[in-house]
Amino acid sequence: MKVLVAVKRVADSNVKVRVRDDESGVELAGVRMGINPFDEVAVEQAVRWKEQGVATEVVCVTCGAAACGDALRTAMAMGADRGVLVETDLGFDLLPLHVAKLLLAVIRREQAQLVLLGKQAVDDDCNQTGQMLAALLGWPQATFASGVEIAGGRARVRREIDGGSETLSMPLPAVITADLRLNEPRYVTLPNLMKARKKALATLRPAELGVELSEHLQTLRVTEPAPRAEGVRVADAAALIDVLKAELAR
Amino acid sequence: MPALVIAEHDGRTLHRATLHTVGAASACACGIHMLVAGHDCAGVAAEAARVAGVSRVLHADAEHLGDGVAENLAPQIVALAGRYSHILAPASAFGRNVLPRVAALLDVVQISDIIDVLAPDTFRRPIYAGSAVATVRGLDAVQVITVRGSAFEPAAASGAHADIERVTVTADSGLTQLLERDMDGGERPELGSARVVVSGGRGLGSRENFESLLGPLAKSLGAALGASRAAVDAGYAPNEWQVGQTGRIVAPQVYVAVGISGAIQHLAGMKDSKLIVAINQDADAPIFGVADFGLVADLFDVVPALGGSFASPA
Ligand SMILES: Cc1cc2nc3c(=O)[nH]c(=O)nc-3n(C[C@H](O)[C@H](O)[C@H](O)COP(=O)(O)OP(=O)(O)OC[C@H]3O[C@@H](n4cnc5c(N)ncnc54)[C@H](O)[C@@H]3O)c2cc1C
Ligand SMILES: Nc1ncnc2c1ncn2[C@@H]1O[C@H](COP(=O)(O)O)[C@@H](O)[C@H]1O
Repeated sequence: MKVLVAVKRVADSNVKVRVRDDESGVELAGVRMGINPFDEVAVEQAVRWKEQGVATEVVCVTCGAAACGDALRTAMAMGADRGVLVETDLGFDLLPLHVAKLLLAVIRREQAQLVLLGKQAVDDDCNQTGQMLAALLGWPQATFASGVEIAGGRARVRREIDGGSETLSMPLPAVITADLRLNEPRYVTLPNLMKARKKALATLRPAELGVELSEHLQTLRVTEPAPRAEGVRVADAAALIDVLKAELAR
Repeated sequence: MPALVIAEHDGRTLHRATLHTVGAASACACGIHMLVAGHDCAGVAAEAARVAGVSRVLHADAEHLGDGVAENLAPQIVALAGRYSHILAPASAFGRNVLPRVAALLDVVQISDIIDVLAPDTFRRPIYAGSAVATVRGLDAVQVITVRGSAFEPAAASGAHADIERVTVTADSGLTQLLERDMDGGERPELGSARVVVSGGRGLGSRENFESLLGPLAKSLGAALGASRAAVDAGYAPNEWQVGQTGRIVAPQVYVAVGISGAIQHLAGMKDSKLIVAINQDADAPIFGVADFGLVADLFDVVPALGGSFASPA
């Protein structure tokens, strides 16, 4: 079974990003970048399957500027076999619908039987790409997965929903999006990072994949969220009780 | 053209998030229709027909629509989409799962988690775990949107007498089967709609402490329980209690954070609460940056006193 994992390069989630003064976006110059945390979990899952003999090959794919190749190197250092960078330069925002169309073309080329993605990218917080890709492929989808078993040509997936969890069974091929609780990703070691440099990384253009993308959305501005009013410190539990009683009596 | 709201329900009652979504839809379009898709859910369709602002209920009833599986629901929505300028669903696990599949089948984008409608095609939505807010304009002929419920006033649950139209059901995809569903069926209010939420973090130290300290406090306040990711990962609380970027997004009237540091990913899920109270022994904890009332103290000293001082609501 060939497994394809989509990874996105995003600002490190420990960094608090700042909005640009001209409101054109967030300032990413000089910000530490890394692989989207959910995608790290997806890569880990695929690599474990490779190690267990469930997967025959793990191919990681990213879409974006040339620098996004870094995310592929990280994924390969974790154990992915090779990487595909779909290099885009659109003149408008690259959205989940665009990424889904590009991934669709790569999957058709690669003939993958299972696709793993993160459940959401921590920059745009869209939570869409996996679902869109499943729609375009006509495949079943298992989003927000916290446990996956592959057996007999089917996936059995435990997924997190509001107020609980549920278990789905679906035939392969399928699209699965990873929640953080699916696993604990391994650390990337320096020797493995060195080894990953020798792994194959192909670069493709959307046109080579036969995909033409158009603008669907404009970002008019990006602003700071409204600040909360300055709070006060109370001296003891009794004062807090008064506050809560007053609020609840409203 | 009217807007179509996709009802979230459990086959018996309409989920409250749907009312907030109707609230957002009324800012987008003139006229709102609601799709109630499910199995044996005529009761929900009748409930939907009473929601203020809804002029027509589309009722799609079939066994394969009963579990809310995206592979069956999405084609059903797509089959009806042509009549609408907007398709909206709650930005809940349900809406997030189904609606992007609908958008892709329609070859349009989805706008996730809107918190404001500036014009029928222009919306505001948080990005970077709420560190920034983007104003976006959708260029597609139909705007497919998930709505952050806490940002919109709910429509009244009664008042309207909408027509109920039975619509033709689309075919069973035969792809995905639901094997089991485990819901947190406690007596406490539901996290997403509770008036008060008491949340605990790693500071609680153990599952026993979490239960013995926060359980009584939540009971006496009539509150739902929430948790930080650290508390969930440490096994102090079940994962459906997690509040934050990856968990639930809540905005209750009162949010009480106990032993939670206030990481950006946690704040993403609660900082729009009306009143935030924080208890933490570290005076520099970032949670105090969003708290209206902060108490710097050892939680083990103060939480028992809090719990005992409220008469338990009936
Ligand atoms: C991609 C991603 C998504 C994430 N999503 C979420 C999410 O949805 N929700 C979420 O919560 N986190 C999320 N996180 C994790 C987040 O970054 C933090 O690690 C987490 O919120 C910390 O939880 P905490 O505040 O309970 O623990 P800590 O940060 O360890 O804080 C514990 C606090 O308890 C206080 N304390 C300890 N003992 C006492 C005492 N006796 N009395 C009073 N105070 C005490 C300490 O001073 C400290 O401030 C995410 C992280 C990533 C990378
Ligand atoms: N530019 C991209 N390149 C590769 N994968 C992506 C890209 N954008 C999103 N993804 C994948 O889709 C998931 C969900 O992203 P999103 O829908 O943007 O929240 C991510 O966790 C990635 O696995």
